Amino acid sequence: MKPRQKVTMVAGACLILSLAASAFVLHRTDRLRPQATLDEVLFLSSPTVIKRASLGYDGLLACIYWTRAVQYFGYRHHSFAASYNLLAPLLEITTHLDPHLLVAYEFGTSFLAPQPPHGAGQPERAIELMEYGIQNNPDNWKLYYDLGFVYYMELRDYKKAAETFERGSQVPNAHPFLKVMAAQMAQHAGEYETARMLWSATYQTTQDKQIRDNAVEHLRALRVDEDVQHLQEAVTRFGERTGRLPLSMAELVAAEGLAGTPVDPDGHPYKLTPEGRVELRVPDDFAFATKGLPPGYKPRPKFHSPQ
Amino acid sequence: MRTRIAHIASNTFREAVRDRVLYNLIAFALLLSGAAILVGQISIEIEKLVVINLGLTAVSLFGIVIAIFIGIGLVSKEIEKRTLYTVLSRPVRRWEFIVGKFFGLAGTLVVNTFFMAIGVFAALFYVSHKFVRADALILVALYFIVLEFVIICSLALLFSSFSSPLLSAVFAFSLFVIGNFAEDLRNFAGMAHGFSRWLATGAAYLVPNFSAFNVITSIAHEQPVAGQLILQNTLYALFYATMALSGAVLIFEHRDLK
Amino acid sequence: MSAIEILGLEKTYSVGFWRKRPKRALQPLHLTVEDGEIFGFLGPNGAGKTTTLKLLMGLVFPTAGSARILGNEWTDPSVKAQIGFLPEQPYFYDHLTAHELLEYYGQLSGVPAKQRKHRVEQVLQQVGLRDVQAVQLRKFSKGMLQRVGIGQAILHDPKLVFFDEPMSGLDPMGRREVRDLMEQLKCEGKTVFFSTHILSDAETLCDRVAIIHKGELRGVGAVEDLTSSVQGKVEVVWHGTQIPASIKALSAECHVTGDRVRAIVAENQQDAMIDALRREHLRLIAITPVRTSLEAYFVEKLRRAETTAGRTV
Repeated sequence: MKPRQKVTMVAGACLILSLAASAFVLHRTDRLRPQATLDEVLFLSSPTVIKRASLGYDGLLACIYWTRAVQYFGYRHHSFAASYNLLAPLLEITTHLDPHLLVAYEFGTSFLAPQPPHGAGQPERAIELMEYGIQNNPDNWKLYYDLGFVYYMELRDYKKAAETFERGSQVPNAHPFLKVMAAQMAQHAGEYETARMLWSATYQTTQDKQIRDNAVEHLRALRVDEDVQHLQEAVTRFGERTGRLPLSMAELVAAEGLAGTPVDPDGHPYKLTPEGRVELRVPDDFAFATKGLPPGYKPRPKFHSPQ
Repeated sequence: MRTRIAHIASNTFREAVRDRVLYNLIAFALLLSGAAILVGQISIEIEKLVVINLGLTAVSLFGIVIAIFIGIGLVSKEIEKRTLYTVLSRPVRRWEFIVGKFFGLAGTLVVNTFFMAIGVFAALFYVSHKFVRADALILVALYFIVLEFVIICSLALLFSSFSSPLLSAVFAFSLFVIGNFAEDLRNFAGMAHGFSRWLATGAAYLVPNFSAFNVITSIAHEQPVAGQLILQNTLYALFYATMALSGAVLIFEHRDLK
Repeated sequence: MSAIEILGLEKTYSVGFWRKRPKRALQPLHLTVEDGEIFGFLGPNGAGKTTTLKLLMGLVFPTAGSARILGNEWTDPSVKAQIGFLPEQPYFYDHLTAHELLEYYGQLSGVPAKQRKHRVEQVLQQVGLRDVQAVQLRKFSKGMLQRVGIGQAILHDPKLVFFDEPMSGLDPMGRREVRDLMEQLKCEGKTVFFSTHILSDAETLCDRVAIIHKGELRGVGAVEDLTSSVQGKVEVVWHGTQIPASIKALSAECHVTGDRVRAIVAENQQDAMIDALRREHLRLIAITPVRTSLEAYFVEKLRRAETTAGRTV
């Protein structure tokens, strides 16, 4: 074989082998440091620094950080993580770079405020984020809605929620239901109907899939809670009347004159335990339900379908 | 005089084209179409935002890179390769040479931007399936980007008139970066005292100030741009470029071409 | 009116990063070139020939002195329309073709469009590049570039043409062509000023020459005048082993190599030498001129300068 051919073959083989080897090693290294790629995101964590470093291209960088925030949350949610430490900084950087990226604020409401594993459990930071958004987008009523939502849902501060909805209703072109909400807070704060209104509003006013799915889950859970509460009350009435527990759901239905076999939003009938507890057939399907859960049941975050 | 400048300008343009500068449009097109297709799968709501941001940022960055890379060699390369000697032995004034080169480079960038603009609007149509009135703001953003190019070209030419290509690239790029921090420089000048105050103020006004030119983020949210701003940016770019070109002419006029 | 009048042009460069040492590239030069002549500017490499040309072209600014070209100040832009310049080892925009380059230069020189087209064709023919006029210059050989260079120098029909080392890098054919071209330019009534370090070219072409060395003018004059002051020498070779006394008287330098003798005699002693050899019955083998006269003049001028100067400038 001529020397030149020999060199060609050896060099070609080297190329292929070393490429394969380096890819293999990289794969192994990735497994050693699973969070590395995501942690490196916040090598620079000061929003002001990043904005300065963006050389005027902050819009694009905001989009990039927004995407990272979404991926970060989705990834951790997917793996049933218990903490979302980077979510707040990511959203803060995103909104600092582009204060008009409204979807980032919405995301903060839905996923920054709630407690883990459904969210980062940082309602105060969510509030800060909303206020920042409002400051920079004073004509946007939706942000007031988001802020009020946080007060209502997570902090149960109905007074502040009412104030916020009221502030929001003053914005020109505000959706009329803000005024309705403000009033609702005053009278019927703790009721299912109020919560249902809020989650429906969230569902309708966002276009982000994750936020919508989340809203749907809450609505389902509200339905369950309400159903279980009514059924449990029926059991109590039955007990008061007959002095014993119903033997089955069918007996309860017949005795209390309920309209047909009660089913959960998935169509599965509710169970009635011998101890007289109304329970869900499949508690795992209702991530946010607070009633109808077997004793000692530990909620797991619903497996959200990936984006 | 005018015809000589025009001839030098068109020769500069021809050189850029034959050096395959316009092939950058292919890279740009690939980038933009790839992004437009991908972005639809990430988030429905901000597709348009991403396309506008990415498209305009790419137009800006590609153009600045081209402006610097071609600009730095405009004069120094001709001196190094001695193509300049036979040009200057003709009734071509040295200042005409500089001005002609400037227009040639600026013209190349305008043409390049034009094609890129088509690409951006095409990508926009792909993700939005229609145009709205506010999309005309993109043209304003593009216009401001072109004004930035004019400033960068004049600076690259200034450095090229006395410095080697490598150093010119470093200076020009540094000024681009500093130009984006010009606001901070002025704030700093406001807070400083004594000599540093003078120095900082001088620097703040001497470096190009690009903060007013970057409207990409705001037009992506369909916020209007004041007509006054358009006028003032145009004037600023005009004056600044004239300043840099005058400097280039001054240096070049008195230089021994060894 | 003289074509060129150089009035004390001088150039000193400041060399070194901190601008300490001045380097004298050209001492004050006084020179006149007449209309219609071919003038040779001779000197070894680094003598200051290119510096002088660049000063005249306005590419470099003089430390002192001035010049007049075709009756006007050398800095007058209108002068440029009437002169042509071919720099040393020229390089042109290699993204252009020969045709495009000449077109472009024609535009810059202000040649009107109609005339330009015709002129470009004509010049391309004249320099022998008609066949490759559509080829990009980056593909041209050195000789071809030289020809393009000449083309662009004469394109706008200038009265005065400056060539810096026009023969450099050319093969004998090319040099012949350039020589012919320069003769032709003279026939057309143009003045040609060219610098070179190849003396044979100067000898054949020039009406007058100037010799420059280390930035200083060493001699100026018509070629015949200069060479007549220097005796040419011839080398005489004959068959023999001894040097007769009569011959020794004629020549100082004689060597014996085997069965031949070589002697160097002055040109005007040539006949006397032949007679002497006949008288001594020695068989003549060859008579060869030792060096060209101009070279002798040249070398002598330089050597004298060295010894008087006694040091390197």
